Amino acid sequence: MSHHIVEARDVHYTYPGGHEALRGVSFRITHGEAVAVVGPNGAGKSTLLQHLNGTLLPARGEVRIGDDPVTRDTAPRIRRAVGMVFQDPDDQLFMPTVLEDVAFGPLNHGLAPEAAAERARAALERVGMSHAADQPPYRLSAGEKRAVSIAGVLALSPDVLVMDEPSSNLDPRGRRRLMELLKSFEHTKIIATHDLELVVEVCSRVILLDGGLVKAEGPVVQVLNDEPLMLAHGLERPHSLRHRHPH
Amino acid sequence: MHMADALISPAVGGTMWAASAGLLAWCARKIRQTLDHRLVPMMGVLGAFIFASQMINFSIPGTGSSGHLGGGLILAILLGPHAAFLVIASVLTVQALFFADGGLLALGCNIWNLGFYPAFIAFPFIYKPLAGANRATPRAWAAAILAAVIGLQLGAFSVVLETTASGISELPFGSFVLLMSPVHLAIGIVEGLATATVVAFVARARPEAVPSPAGSASLKPALIGLGIAALIVGGAVSWFASAHPDGLEWSIAKVSGREEVGGGAALHEKLARVQEKTAFLPDYGFQPAEEPAAEGEPGPEPWPAVSAGTTVSGVVGGLLVLLVAGAAGLALRPRRVAS
Amino acid sequence: MAHGGTVQRMDELAALESPAHRLDARAKAVVTFAFLVAVMSFPRHEVVALAPYVLYPVALLSLGGIPARWILKKLLVAAPFALFIGLFNPLLDRQPVALPGGLFVAAGWLSFASILARFALTVSAALALVACTGMDRLCAGLERLGLPRAFAVQLLFLHRYLFVISDEARRMRYGLALRTADGRAPSLRVYGSLLGHLLLRSMDRAQRIYGAMLARGFDGEIRILGTARWTARDALFTTGWLAFFAAARFWNLPEFAGRLLTGELR
Repeated sequence: MSHHIVEARDVHYTYPGGHEALRGVSFRITHGEAVAVVGPNGAGKSTLLQHLNGTLLPARGEVRIGDDPVTRDTAPRIRRAVGMVFQDPDDQLFMPTVLEDVAFGPLNHGLAPEAAAERARAALERVGMSHAADQPPYRLSAGEKRAVSIAGVLALSPDVLVMDEPSSNLDPRGRRRLMELLKSFEHTKIIATHDLELVVEVCSRVILLDGGLVKAEGPVVQVLNDEPLMLAHGLERPHSLRHRHPH
Repeated sequence: MHMADALISPAVGGTMWAASAGLLAWCARKIRQTLDHRLVPMMGVLGAFIFASQMINFSIPGTGSSGHLGGGLILAILLGPHAAFLVIASVLTVQALFFADGGLLALGCNIWNLGFYPAFIAFPFIYKPLAGANRATPRAWAAAILAAVIGLQLGAFSVVLETTASGISELPFGSFVLLMSPVHLAIGIVEGLATATVVAFVARARPEAVPSPAGSASLKPALIGLGIAALIVGGAVSWFASAHPDGLEWSIAKVSGREEVGGGAALHEKLARVQEKTAFLPDYGFQPAEEPAAEGEPGPEPWPAVSAGTTVSGVVGGLLVLLVAGAAGLALRPRRVAS
Repeated sequence: MAHGGTVQRMDELAALESPAHRLDARAKAVVTFAFLVAVMSFPRHEVVALAPYVLYPVALLSLGGIPARWILKKLLVAAPFALFIGLFNPLLDRQPVALPGGLFVAAGWLSFASILARFALTVSAALALVACTGMDRLCAGLERLGLPRAFAVQLLFLHRYLFVISDEARRMRYGLALRTADGRAPSLRVYGSLLGHLLLRSMDRAQRIYGAMLARGFDGEIRILGTARWTARDALFTTGWLAFFAAARFWNLPEFAGRLLTGELR
């Protein structure tokens, strides 16, 4: 079973209140790609991300991870392969200590406590947070919480990393650390973000979403350099591209 | 307002612990059976909400003071009785552990007094049948106030029963009730108002957040509930009245010290008999008259026998022990380590 | 009421390193329970015989490096209710009692003193338990002693999100204060809206947490790592103190010690 391809086919989703958040989204992401999902507020980025691990199920169309369509039955299995980092780390770090939180995933997937603790320590090491293992989450800074929530997802050894606004609320150092970390991962990365500079540094492809539809898709430099396109969809050309000399 | 360990006996504390723990275990099982895993984070967060809500006050109309939410009733409205009881118990536990608000052995009493009555009596039998579907109507407000008042009166009454049955405090049953009831009437009204206003807002802003009262607007459950409450109150009062002709007169006489031995002895005898039958530590009761006099005493005195501990040796020894304890405290302190 | 601050301070103390902290939570819980039962089981006029029990909380708190001033402050804050009820005793129990030295005092004063002593003892023992153990280890230990898992989980979640929700409440209160002219508490209607918003935000957060839990395989069961090990030191601690409490309950140790002392002096 290959988990390496993430595919959306004409995904539609409407919230219970009546708001039609996704109106036919399709794309294909292959193994190891780093793809950014950008767009104005309300474009449907978070909604789309939640379809990738089965938190939400499409009203019409389907999402495929590898060979598996994402359904209520396949969702538990899919969640082992697709790790999701949420926007607010406080929503994600709910256990009493950092170590216990990172071990939450492995314990749920059947590992014995010792093995789970080992996995957790390895994941913390990977994100540079080993020193905080016995601390309660609320003591950590925003950047540290973010790192720990990433560790919590890494501990499951997923193939795909999905992240919702990972650099929000981070100070410049925290943000720099996050970007270095992301660049060092070999997983498939799907990142919804407003941080266009991060996109330029970390990602190779961009999907531009607006009003529940894919308005543009392609290599980062190509899409983000298209000033009229960016402005039309509530974004702007990132500064790092503005001052790049054409090769 | 939570009961302290200092005022209860192990027998009373133990009994109420058993009752609360049993109910807690039953509720935990009921919740498991619903398989609603969503409840796990929801109960935790709502408990935190109750804590946080005590930081915010509102002006009580007509008075100069302010009040805040207690939370028992609103938890029952949002979560249903079983989950609400668990959350209330958890809030009281954290209050006892971290704020010393209520003793640890008294926790069983507090969980019962402040959890059972709102969740299992006031909510299902008074609020639910009376409130109606629209939570912003005067009717719903009245239902909340009535339910809160009755829940708190029952709780306050239990406090009196538990304290009196323990025999540590000398406060007579009648005076204690007279002390607690009006105070808790006021608290109940405040609680009802706070509950009603929040529920009204939430029901309008997001109707699906407030579970609708299932079933018809039959008043039978409310009458049953009021009947139960009346029975409990009536039974206790009549039992008390049988030992004393007139509550108020007796309280006054007690304060003046004249009828003390007679009235007090009769009540304590009754309670002692009850306790002997129900207590698991029958010797550690509140019958000081039965304690064997320590050596060297002038002889057993009439009730209350306060022989032990009032000799010179006792006092000297007590001071010595305290000195030893203080020295141990100083000696055991961790050495200052440069960090 | 600085709720978050109180809990945070307690958590900080619980995070210290000391022999007291290293003891197994189960041992401390059992000893605390026995302590409470013993103290509460004394007849209501007993004062002097309670003295030996001071040793336990003092020893544990000292060993744990818990500052005395913090304990005293918490005792003072928690005292009013017990004090208030206890004060009725001297009023109601007028039976005269002979004290050494020829003084006569109402028995009610003795039972009042007893209440004060009980209060100080029970509250400091309870605080010592939490300050030297912490919520996390305490819940795990209690669970192994029989506390239902669902309740232990509830306590942990409540503890975890207490700060988060309290912070939100604090911000709301501050925002309200900035827009209130005379510093009065808001009306019922505004209060309902304020708390209503806080409640809805809390419920939304619970929903998101649930999503995060599902994303990492939550199936209804919260599993813990459970690394506590019972050692010989824990056994010694438990049996030692239990024996002491029993001895102090059945024999009047101060009496005995005093007689030794005065006997020797004579």
